[in-house]
Amino acid sequence: MLRKLSLILKTTAARLSALYLLLFSVCAVILVVYMTSLSVRMLTAQTVDTIDEELQDLSRAYQRGGLPLLVRVIEQRSRQPGANLYLIADPDGRILSGNVESLEPGVLAKEGWTDRPFTYQRYGEGAADNGANPVEPANATTVDATHAAIAVVSRLPNQMIVLVGRDLGEPERFRRVVRNALMAAFGMMGLGALAIWFFVGRRALKRIDDVSEASLRIMGGDLSGRLPVTGAGDEFDRLSENLNVMLARIADLNEGLKQVSDNIAHDLKTPLTRLRNRAEATLNGAAQPAEYRAALEGTIAESDQLIRTFNAILMISRLEAGYSAETVVAVDLADAVRDVVELYEPAADELGVKLEADVSGAFAVSGNRELIGQALSNIVDNAIKYSARERTEGEAAPRVHVALSRNAGEITLSVADNGPGIPEESDRQRATERFVRLEQSRSQPGSGLGLSLAKAVMKFHGGRLELAAANPGLIVSMMFPEKAEP
Amino acid sequence: MKILLVEDDREAAEYLEKAFAEAGHTTHVAADGDSGFALADSGDYDVLVVDRMLPRRDGLSLIAGLRSRGNTTPVLILSALGAVDDRVTGLRAGGDDYLTKPYAFSELLARVEVLNRRAGAKEVETVYRTGDLELDRLSHAVKRAGREIILQPREFRLLEYLMRHAGQVVTRTMLLENVWDYHFDPQTNVIDVHVSRLRGKIEKGFDGPVLHTVRGAGYMLKAG
Repeated sequence: MLRKLSLILKTTAARLSALYLLLFSVCAVILVVYMTSLSVRMLTAQTVDTIDEELQDLSRAYQRGGLPLLVRVIEQRSRQPGANLYLIADPDGRILSGNVESLEPGVLAKEGWTDRPFTYQRYGEGAADNGANPVEPANATTVDATHAAIAVVSRLPNQMIVLVGRDLGEPERFRRVVRNALMAAFGMMGLGALAIWFFVGRRALKRIDDVSEASLRIMGGDLSGRLPVTGAGDEFDRLSENLNVMLARIADLNEGLKQVSDNIAHDLKTPLTRLRNRAEATLNGAAQPAEYRAALEGTIAESDQLIRTFNAILMISRLEAGYSAETVVAVDLADAVRDVVELYEPAADELGVKLEADVSGAFAVSGNRELIGQALSNIVDNAIKYSARERTEGEAAPRVHVALSRNAGEITLSVADNGPGIPEESDRQRATERFVRLEQSRSQPGSGLGLSLAKAVMKFHGGRLELAAANPGLIVSMMFPEKAEP
Repeated sequence: MKILLVEDDREAAEYLEKAFAEAGHTTHVAADGDSGFALADSGDYDVLVVDRMLPRRDGLSLIAGLRSRGNTTPVLILSALGAVDDRVTGLRAGGDDYLTKPYAFSELLARVEVLNRRAGAKEVETVYRTGDLELDRLSHAVKRAGREIILQPREFRLLEYLMRHAGQVVTRTMLLENVWDYHFDPQTNVIDVHVSRLRGKIEKGFDGPVLHTVRGAGYMLKAG
C-alpha cells in the first residue's frame, strides 16, 4: 500500500496536481489578504469618521452647557449598548467620568489620534459590557477584559482631557473570521487534491501497468501481442495505438528478415552443397589428373559466384545501414550513362542487342559515381541478358535504350528493353526484393540481387527504382532528386 | 622482387609466401602491425602487402606512419572491407592499391608486379614501344610496323595501360579500375569483348600476336 502510494505520488498527475494546488493556494492567500486589509481599512475609516462626529457633538455640548452638560451627555452615551469609549480626565490624567476604568499609561499625554491601538479596561466590565465582545468569552476571563482600541484625545479650554475612542474588537473579529474560513478552505483543498491524486494517479498508474504488462509479454516473445486500447480516445489510447503500429512494422520487418535469411540459406547452401558434392565425387571417382583439374576449376568458379553473392548482400546491408556521406559528390548522370553504355556496348553487340543511349546536356545529382555506375550496369546487364534471348522470327531486333529526362525536380534515368518483360504487376513489385528470381529468369545466371542492389543504391540517393511494362519489354527507371543549385 | 607481407593469418601468410616464391619473389612475413612497421622502416622492399586489420597496430596507421617518415615503398592493402568508402580511406591513408578479400592469387600477383614496376617510373616516357607496336601518349597516335591504327578514345586508354605494363599480367579488374575507373564486378564478360575488339585492330593484318590471353588471370602485351 505504501509502495503504491509512493508510486502514485511519483506520477505526473500527482506532480501536476501538487503544482496546481500550490499555485492556487498562493493566489487565494494573496486575494484574501488583499480583501481583508481592504475591509479592515474601510472599517477603520468608518470608526474614525464616527469618532470625529462624536467629538464634534461633544464639543458642541460643551460650548452650549459647559462641563456639566458634557459630563451628562457622556454619561448618557456611555450607557448605551455597544457604546464608544468616553472619558473625561483632569489635567493630570485622573479619570473623572466616562466608561473607561483604566487605560495604558501615556495615552492621554498626547493630543490628537493615538499613534497605535492601546489597551484599556471598561468600566464595570462584565455587567456593563453588554455584548461588546460576546464571541470571545474565553479571552474575556483570562486577560481580565483588556481590550484594544483607538481614540482621539482632546483638551478642553480648561485643560480637562476628553477621550473618545472605539474598541477594535470588530475588525479583529472580522479578521479572525476570514482567517478561519481560509484555514477551512485550505483544508478542503488539500483533501480534494489528495483525492484527485489518488484517483487520477491510480487510474494513470493502472493504464501504464497494463501497457507495461503487455510489453513484457511482447518482449517475452509473443510478437503478435498488442497493447491494450480502451477506446476512450485519450492520450494513453493514442500512445498505445502508435506503439501498436510500430509493433506491426517491426513484425513486418522481422518477417522480411526471416524470409531473407531463408533465402540466404537457400541461395548460399545450394552452391555450397554443390561444391561439397563435387569435391566428394571427384575424390571417390576421378582417376585422371584432367578430371581433378576440371573439378577444381569448377570449384573455383562456384566459389567466385558465392563470393559475388556475399559481396552483393554485404553491400546492400551497408547501403541500408547508411553510407559515409563523404563519398557523395556532384555526379553528372549523362557521364555515368555514357560510361556504362560505352562499357557494355561491345558485349551487347556480341549478343546481337543494340544498346543505345539518348543523352544530351548535363544532369547533375549528388551521389556516388561508383554506386550509380554499379546500379546502372546491373540494370543494363539485365536488359541485355533478357532482351537477347528467345527471339522468334519476325520479332523486332533486340534493343536496349537508355534515356535521361528531367521532370518536376526529379531526374529519371530509364533503361528500356524490348525483351519479354515482366507482364504481372505483382511480379514487377517483387522483382526488386532480395533473392527474388522470377520463374522465367531461373534459368539465367545471376544471384537475384542485381535489382535489390540497384534499389538500395537508389534509396541511398534519396530516390527510388520503378519497374514498368513497356509492351513489349520492361522499363526500369531510376528516379533521382535533382541537385539543388548551389 | 622483395616483398614484405604483413598478415596475421599464419596459414594465409604461408600460402602467399610459397606462391610468391614460385613466381620468383622473396617474401618476408610480419605477423603484427608493430613488427611490420619496424621491418618496413628498416628493410629495403620493393612492395609491401599489408592486411588492413592487424593486431597491435592496424594496417592504415602502419602505412600512414611509413609515409610520414618519407618511406614511399608501394603498398597494396588487403582487406575484408570492400565498400567504396573503405577503399577511399585505404587509399587516402597512403595505400597504392586496394584488394578485397577473398581474392585470386593471380590477381594479387599481377597487382604486386605492377606496383613494383611503378616504382621504376615508366610514367615519364611519352612513347611506349612493344615489338613493332608504338603508342605516342602526346599525339595519341598508334602505329604498328609503321602503319597507323585508328582507335576509339577508350581503346586508346586500354592499349596505353596494357603497353605501360607490357610483359606483365594485367587482370580484368585492373583494366576496369584503371581504364574505366570502376571498382565493381561487372559479372558479364564486358572487358573481354573490349579487349578482343582492340586485339582485332592491332593484330588483324599484322605479323603475329602481341596481346595474349593469360589463362585464369588476364592479359599480357608482349612482342613475339
